Amino acid sequence: MGRIEETFHRLRRRGERALIPYFTAGDPGLEVTRQLVEEAAARGADLIELGLPFSDPLADGPTIQRASQRALAQGASLAKLLPVVASLRGRVSAPLILMSYLNPLHRHGLAAAVQELVQAGFDGLIVPDLPPEEGRPLDRLARAAGLDLIPLVAPTSGPERLRLIARRARGFLYLVALTGVTGARAELPPDLLRQIRELRAVTSKPICVGFGLSTPEHVREVVRWADGAIVGSAIVRRIEELQGDPGMVGKIGGLIAALKGATRDGGQG
Amino acid sequence: MAKRARLPDRAGRFGPFGGRFVPETLMTPLMELERVYLGARRDPTFRRELHALLTTYAGRPTPLTPARRLAGHLGGAEISLKREDLCHTGAHKINNTLGQALLASRMGKPRIIAETGAGQHGVATATAAALLGLQCEVYMGEEDTRRQALNVFRMELLGARVIPVTSGSRTLKDAMNEALRDWVTNIRTTYYCIGSTAGPHPYTMMVRDFQAVIGREARAQFLRAAGVLPDALVACVGGGSNALGLFTAFLGDPVRLIGVEAAGEGLETGRHAATLAAGSPGILHGSRSYLLQDGDGQVLAAHSVAPGLDYPGVGPEHSYLKETGRAEYVTVTDGEALEAFRLLARLEGLIPALESAHAVAYALRLAPALGPGRRLLVCLSGRGDKDVQSVAGLAGATDGGGRGAH
Repeated sequence: MGRIEETFHRLRRRGERALIPYFTAGDPGLEVTRQLVEEAAARGADLIELGLPFSDPLADGPTIQRASQRALAQGASLAKLLPVVASLRGRVSAPLILMSYLNPLHRHGLAAAVQELVQAGFDGLIVPDLPPEEGRPLDRLARAAGLDLIPLVAPTSGPERLRLIARRARGFLYLVALTGVTGARAELPPDLLRQIRELRAVTSKPICVGFGLSTPEHVREVVRWADGAIVGSAIVRRIEELQGDPGMVGKIGGLIAALKGATRDGGQG
Repeated sequence: MAKRARLPDRAGRFGPFGGRFVPETLMTPLMELERVYLGARRDPTFRRELHALLTTYAGRPTPLTPARRLAGHLGGAEISLKREDLCHTGAHKINNTLGQALLASRMGKPRIIAETGAGQHGVATATAAALLGLQCEVYMGEEDTRRQALNVFRMELLGARVIPVTSGSRTLKDAMNEALRDWVTNIRTTYYCIGSTAGPHPYTMMVRDFQAVIGREARAQFLRAAGVLPDALVACVGGGSNALGLFTAFLGDPVRLIGVEAAGEGLETGRHAATLAAGSPGILHGSRSYLLQDGDGQVLAAHSVAPGLDYPGVGPEHSYLKETGRAEYVTVTDGEALEAFRLLARLEGLIPALESAHAVAYALRLAPALGPGRRLLVCLSGRGDKDVQSVAGLAGATDGGGRGAH
C-alpha cells in the first residue's frame, strides 16, 4: 500500500477528512517552499501538493499564473526542486504530490522524471493536461515505480469517462468542482454534491475536491461528502499578499490550521 | 494517397504528433466537436452552405497569377502566385472562420471566441460572426493590441469585443492560453474558433480541411494553365494553416512541398520563430509537435517581423511531414522578407502580407537555383495593407529617418 492510500485509511479510521494545501514550488523561492511544506505538515496538512511552475499554465487562473511567473523568475525548475523535496522527506511524513504540466516532464524524459520523483520522495503526480487517452506511457512508468498518477475528473466527464478514469486512478481521484480554471471563488458550485455522488457510484477510491475552494466553510461543506479538500489559489494569494513579511510562513501555517480544523468537525463520522 | 488521406488517426495523431493534451474538462467537448464536424463534413447541406459562403461572400475561387516580371527579373523558374490576398478580409483566414462559424451555429452555440496575434484571424472570426449573427470575443496579447491597433478597431467595427491579454509574454501564445481558459469556463455556451492548424484534435484536422480549398483550386488551375503540375510549392509557416491548405491536395503528387519559417533576426541570435528548424518536440496548446523551448521545457518567446508567424509552436501535421521527409522546411530572415515585400510590390504591383513575403523571399532564392523550364507555385496567403505602416516605420529606421519624415 502506498503512502497516499495509507493516509486515507488512517484518516477514515479517525473520522477525519484530508486537507491538501497547494503551493507553487519556488514562489517566492525554493527555500521558502521548503519552509512552507514543513510548516503545512506541522499545522495539520494531510497531503501536500507542489506545483511545478510552467510558462503556459492553461488550467490555472490569474493567482497561480502570477505565482508561476514569480517562481520562474527565481529560476525554479524540476532539477532544482528535487533536492529540496529530498531534504524534506526525512522531516515530513505527509504524502507529497507533484502537479506538473506535461511538457516539463516530457522535456526531462518521462522515464527519468518518474525515477527521480520517486527517488526524491514524491508519492503522487498530477498532470492537468494529460487525459487518460494520452496517459498510457506515463501511467505504465508511474505504476512500475510506485508513483501514484492521480487523475482529474471534471463536471463535463460523462458516466463512461468517469468509469474509464476511475479504473486507472491511483491514490485518489481529483474532482474538479467547476468548469473553469483554478482560483478562489466566493461560493461552491451548486451541483457539486451530484458530481461527488456520480463519481462515488463508480469507485471506492478516495475522492478529493479542488478548484474554487477558499474558506474553512467551503472545506467543511465539501468534506461532508468527499474524502478531502484541495485548497490552492486561496493559499497562493495569501503568500502573494504576504511577500516580504518575515512572519509569512507562520501566517500561512495559521491559515492551514484553520482549513484543517474544518476537516475534523464536519465529516460524516 | 488513400492511406495518407486518413490522417490524423482516431486519436488525432499524425504519427507521433498531435493528440489531445488538454484538461479533462475539455475532453468531452472536443469529442462532441469531432462528432459534429465529421457529421457536417459528410452532410451535403453543410457543404453546400459553406461553398455558397466561399463563393458568394469570401470571393472564391481566388485566381492563380503568373508573376512574369518577377520570374524575368530572377532569370529562372516560372512563378505562379495563389492569390489568397484577394479573399475577403485580406487573407486565407476567412476560409476557416466561415467553416467554423457554420459549425458553431450547427451546434447551437450563441458565442464564438478566438485568439489572434496580428489580428487577421480575429478580424476573420469577427466577420464570420457578424455574418451569422453570433456574439464574438477575441483574445489578443496586450503587446499586439498596441502594434496592430487598426485591426483592433476593425474587429470592434464588426461588433466583436477585443480582450487584451496581460498574462505571460502578452502575445499570441498567451492569447491562446486565455482563449482556452475562457472555453473551459464557458464550455456550454461557447464555440472556440482556433485560427491555425495547431491546438488539440480535431482542430488540426478541421482547420486543414477548411483551408484545403486553397490547394484543390490551385492544383486544378495550374493543370489547366500549364498542362502539368508545378515542380515545387512554397508557403510560409507560422502555425501552418495556409501551407497545409496548399499542400494537402498535392500530397500524393511528385511535387516538392516547401514550408518557410521565420528566421527573424537570424537563427543564431535566438530571436526567431523557426520552430521546425530550431525547436524540439514538446507539448503546447493541446498537441505534441515541435516547439521552441528551453532545457526545462519552458516555452520560449518567438520573434518575427511578421506578427502572424510569431508563434513558438507549429501544427503537428507539419512536424509529421518534416519527420517523414515529405515536406522540406527552410527559413527566411526579417531582412529577406522585407526585401521580397518591396520587390513584389515594384515588379508585380502586389503588396504581400509580411507573412506571405517570407514565401516570396524563398522563391527568390529557389527560382534561379531550379533554373528555366521549372515551375514554382507560391501561396500569397495575405495582402500587406496591414503591414504598410510598420514597414514604413522600419524603412524610416534603416534610412536614418529620412523616409519616415513625411
